[in-house]
Amino acid sequence: MYVAVKGGEQAIEASLRLLDAERRGDPEVPELSLEQIKQQMTLAVDRVMSEGALFDRELAALAIKQARGDLIEAIFLLRAYRTTLPRLAVSAPLDTSRMTLKRRISAIFKDVPGGQVLGPTFDYSHRLLDFSLAELARDETPIEEELPPAEPLPDTMPRLVDILNQDGLIEQDFPDDTQRPVGDLTREPLPLPAGRDIRLQNLARGDEGFLLALGYSSQRGYGHVHPFAGEIRHGYVAVEIVPEELGFAVEIGEVDVTECHMVTQFTGSAEAPPQFTNGYGLTYGQGERKAMAMALVDRSLRAEELGEETTSPAQDQEFVLSHSDNVEASGFLQHLKLPHYVDFQSELALVRRLREEHDKARTKDRDQQDAAE
Amino acid sequence: MPSVNRPTSTREDVRARRARQRWMGILARASTEELERSLPDPLPEGGYSLLRRPETGSVMLRGRAGGTGERFNLGEATLTRCTLRLPDGTTGFGYVMGRNPRHAELAALFDALLQLSERREHLMERVIEPLARQQEERRQAITARAATSKVDFFTMVRESGLGESGLGESGA
Repeated sequence: MYVAVKGGEQAIEASLRLLDAERRGDPEVPELSLEQIKQQMTLAVDRVMSEGALFDRELAALAIKQARGDLIEAIFLLRAYRTTLPRLAVSAPLDTSRMTLKRRISAIFKDVPGGQVLGPTFDYSHRLLDFSLAELARDETPIEEELPPAEPLPDTMPRLVDILNQDGLIEQDFPDDTQRPVGDLTREPLPLPAGRDIRLQNLARGDEGFLLALGYSSQRGYGHVHPFAGEIRHGYVAVEIVPEELGFAVEIGEVDVTECHMVTQFTGSAEAPPQFTNGYGLTYGQGERKAMAMALVDRSLRAEELGEETTSPAQDQEFVLSHSDNVEASGFLQHLKLPHYVDFQSELALVRRLREEHDKARTKDRDQQDAAE
Repeated sequence: MPSVNRPTSTREDVRARRARQRWMGILARASTEELERSLPDPLPEGGYSLLRRPETGSVMLRGRAGGTGERFNLGEATLTRCTLRLPDGTTGFGYVMGRNPRHAELAALFDALLQLSERREHLMERVIEPLARQQEERRQAITARAATSKVDFFTMVRESGLGESGLGESGA
């Protein structure tokens, strides 16, 4: 039986208006400006830029406003906008050793050269609700008046792993093959097995919650990774491109990123001596939890390359890379809300028929039993 | 065409190219308002013609696995570019992150004007160097602010010196 599927335009129109009204909330309350979201919801903006895979604070703020604070919806909006942009250039690899640092810590060397710079972090906050924030008119003393003066940090701060590298105690990063094209998930479907370039791009765009859970699973024993936070740094790095017309490198601005090196003991293989190995995380903004989770999962996914047994979900490329994207996942999940009237009608007819047969069979069985008694 | 637009070979060319790279970076980091305020008055005679109107697109940002290893695509960023020409044929390029067409146009205009030897010195002194100083001050202010939260460990007894790697032997 075919059911008419036309109709509903008016209902949809009304639904969209209801959505607008809910987004706005009480019209008596002043409307949020993008500047307010950019300034005061920075970590939401950072997450939307990372997983939306497009660095643009204003667009991310707009997406958050439009999505009523639903960050996965906002990420979807940003991804959709991204597809309308022509690709004008590819940057030189960001040089994170030359970062204008806002934060830099190492959990493995107290006296890391350059020092432990805490920066703005929740780590030492008491996680008690601060009711003074509930009032708007607060004492706003400029921070410079409250903090002791300090000398600026050096322009270049070597990464801790680069220092460890000098002793050969940690693996060297694979040298880059400059002839090899860099895989790009915005241009090609996910290839499996995927090289580390594709994996890192996938994880950088991947859902924070998913990577957090996978990283956590690896810590709890699903795939033996015993990681240390070798270094976490957050700050601004310059973006450089080589425009074709010019043939030389120019800086086009800067982005703020968070980088995490997870250091994991490795007992060695036929080719490699016992040493520490590296898991790497890089996100836009101050995405520290995401960068750490990404680094754990990056390391887990290197199991095969390092000759380790792959027994756990976090080590399974196909499982991890196929399910990390929250735009894809959300789309496939939510498509279940679309009309499945016809599909369901056919299933309904099938179940009815099966029940009839089942009932018939049972009646027959009972008759035979009665007859036997 | 000025020499900086040709493939570089002589030491003079290299120096000119480096100077141009520097001012293009400073123009990209400057805000549109800062550039607008610094516009020369009057503008060059005959104005300029747009060879490529400001166009917004994306730039794919790359990272390196582990910070120094193989390249990977991190994600994109918005980018706006513009190309314009002065009446004497000098071409200016603007490449700036973000979506502000005016920023790209002003960056291209300054890039063109800075290539004119009769204007360069004045513009460097009046526009580029002050912007460079401000940008450096802002950068230093960021890290100086961060440095206020640098941990000052007080060690009871310091047993060993720094290892060859410059790292202390004792962990926290």
